[in-house]
Amino acid sequence: MSRAVLEELQRQFPQYIRETHSHRGDDTAIIDAEGLIPIVTFLQEKISPRLGRMDKLVDICGNDYPERPERLEAIYHLMSTDTWKRLRLRVPVSAAEPKIPSLVGHYKTANWYERETYDMFGIQFEGHPFLKRILTHWKFEGHPLRKDYPKEKRQHLDESAPIEWFGVKSHTKDDGTETLVVNIGPSHPVTHGIMRLVAELDGEMLVDGQVEIGYLHRCMEKEAEAHTWGLVMPYADRLNYVSAPINTQTYAMAVEKLAGIEVPERTKWLRMIMAEIGRIMDHCTLLGPALVDMGALTNFWYFFKIREAGYRVLDRFVGSRLTSTCDRIGGYALDIYEGFEDDVRNIRGVVEKYLGDVERLITKNRVFLDRTVNVGRMTAEQAIAFGLSGPIARATGYSYDVRKQYPYNFYDQVDFDVVVGSAGDTFDRLMVRVYEMKQCLRILEQGLKGLAKTNGQPVMADVQDMTLPPLEDTYSKMESMIRHFNIIYRGERIPAGEAYLYTEGANGELGFYLVSDGGGKPHRCHVHPPCFSVMQTYTDIAKGSLLADAVIVFSSYNIIAGELER
Amino acid sequence: MDTLWSQNKETNFLATSLEQLVSWGRKYSMWPYPFGTACCAIEFMAVTAGDYDLARFGAELVRFSPRQADVLLVLGTITCKQAPILKRIYDQMPEPKWVIAVGVCASSGGFYQNYHTLQGIDGIIPVDVYVPGCPPRPEAILNAVIELQNKVQKEGFRRDRGEAGGTLLGIPAAESKVSLPVVVAKQEAERKRREREGTSAAKGSSEDSEVSA
Repeated sequence: MSRAVLEELQRQFPQYIRETHSHRGDDTAIIDAEGLIPIVTFLQEKISPRLGRMDKLVDICGNDYPERPERLEAIYHLMSTDTWKRLRLRVPVSAAEPKIPSLVGHYKTANWYERETYDMFGIQFEGHPFLKRILTHWKFEGHPLRKDYPKEKRQHLDESAPIEWFGVKSHTKDDGTETLVVNIGPSHPVTHGIMRLVAELDGEMLVDGQVEIGYLHRCMEKEAEAHTWGLVMPYADRLNYVSAPINTQTYAMAVEKLAGIEVPERTKWLRMIMAEIGRIMDHCTLLGPALVDMGALTNFWYFFKIREAGYRVLDRFVGSRLTSTCDRIGGYALDIYEGFEDDVRNIRGVVEKYLGDVERLITKNRVFLDRTVNVGRMTAEQAIAFGLSGPIARATGYSYDVRKQYPYNFYDQVDFDVVVGSAGDTFDRLMVRVYEMKQCLRILEQGLKGLAKTNGQPVMADVQDMTLPPLEDTYSKMESMIRHFNIIYRGERIPAGEAYLYTEGANGELGFYLVSDGGGKPHRCHVHPPCFSVMQTYTDIAKGSLLADAVIVFSSYNIIAGELER
Repeated sequence: MDTLWSQNKETNFLATSLEQLVSWGRKYSMWPYPFGTACCAIEFMAVTAGDYDLARFGAELVRFSPRQADVLLVLGTITCKQAPILKRIYDQMPEPKWVIAVGVCASSGGFYQNYHTLQGIDGIIPVDVYVPGCPPRPEAILNAVIELQNKVQKEGFRRDRGEAGGTLLGIPAAESKVSLPVVVAKQEAERKRREREGTSAAKGSSEDSEVSA
């Protein structure tokens, strides 16, 4: 059953399919560039519903193999919202003629992903409406993720892109008046310092706009290629720095999938607890500032009380508050500290107290309701077309949660509800998070029970050449010291191959696409950030609303620049 | 205030007391502009929140307009795309102004040694206090505020920073709309005016204090 889609493709398009494989359970087809459009059209429309129509494009990224004649590659990750099947398409092209047809006509979300792949690898997507740089500076020359671009080669880049670059123009209306093009941000309180909006305004109404991102493109993916597998962990931490534990554990799990490492049960329970603490903290960081943007400052202080309760656990567990880097490949370096359970249970009390206060303040508040209900509505169809996941997609009623649909760790053994909205407006987007925090508390409680059942078991897998030995052995046993030295200096010996692993991040599906060539460093480490597709919807959703409402729509999106731009 | 007066009874009593008075006023009424780009901004939010409470140092009134702020807190990594904006924000702040580089990214680029990350903001704008850490703990940020207060108290109010100081990625910053000679001339005039006013004010208060003494 699992290879059924690949077999069907081979039957239908033998002339385009070069190779198929299912390494680590990921169905993959390597195809010719001219076959992309027929294959995707077939997958989207004509394939039998039993196999699942691939109606959602999850991610597009590039890759570079300098030694091959067709050195560049575009990688597509598709999924079906009916059967939850997934498929990866790889399209190799030569560097001399790097042309691939654009998928913007098939999937709306392809727009920004293709721009990013063009920016990073120089692949030309034919038929793309606005194929310009997205992450790097507009004057940047070269394509930085190609292997022959030196990591530290800096360029003289000294001015911001002019408004004309965005192609947003003022128009004359029927009554003879003209619309106005205004630049908002990036250093503006409502854009939170990370987004620039070139907006066409008709009075106070947003008619059209173009968003510029990339103000925090600090080249995490290039850095990853220069570090050993284990040392990428701190970079993974700083993707979504608001909920760092989710990022590190997703990266660790991706490497474990690629390497075929099975982690102990206790690690899985502990990871679930850390992830849910991270989720609670992340939702606090969205809700607090979002309400500040509406003029409600009090809630900000309440939500930070909750965050401090989470910080306390992280601080005592790993000695760091925000970017904790608590995971290792294969598990955790240390077991929990004494009093861990009490600190986690304490979170429950703090959340119930302060979240209750906030709910009393906002849910019947006329100002809050007037500003959020029916503002920035999004439908479930739009959410799927834009490839959304996470709370924003769930607010539209599209019930997709990686923890339910593709359970990992022990999420299939705990009891919790997926929170969904109905209208997909700003109110739903905010309230989905409020209720999700309560579900997190349920998972935390069950996670602690699971953790108690595994008392005394190890928290770290033990695989020679791949996982670090226990710290106390490193200083007392010769073999452990050699093993530690080899892993730190030469890197983990992860077997060659590719894998994509995704978890439910606080903003939606957070994925890592990793390619290993058998050396100690990743050949490619691509992050699928949930924010990226969310940010892309912004002008479509905010269009037609008042500028003041567009601000609130942005606040409800939870855009974290670290993962958006990497 | 009593301490200010009593400290300077011995020497050069009047001129230094005005200096100290102004500095004292400045250091307890800082209006920060949080130029938050990354992780450090989240820790700064924790600093302003109840548990750490920046208000204890008189610096809780966060402004998002550079025209209304006098301390620029650079919180997070500055990339090549962000650098021209940071420079412009700094230029738009009125004197007197101070800069705190929070975290290693703002101070030196941190562990992002690559093609798109600025290796420390001091290549563009002058920095008064550097805070180590990735991100620094809230205590470290509070410590930086205290350090800056000490610095402000010491340096007096007639400091001249030079408006066009700093370069942008090795090229002299041409962002400022006002050309250099105009700025210098303006500052000179301002300095003279302040000196005149300072002397007359000093004279006035000297008589008062002699009477009171």
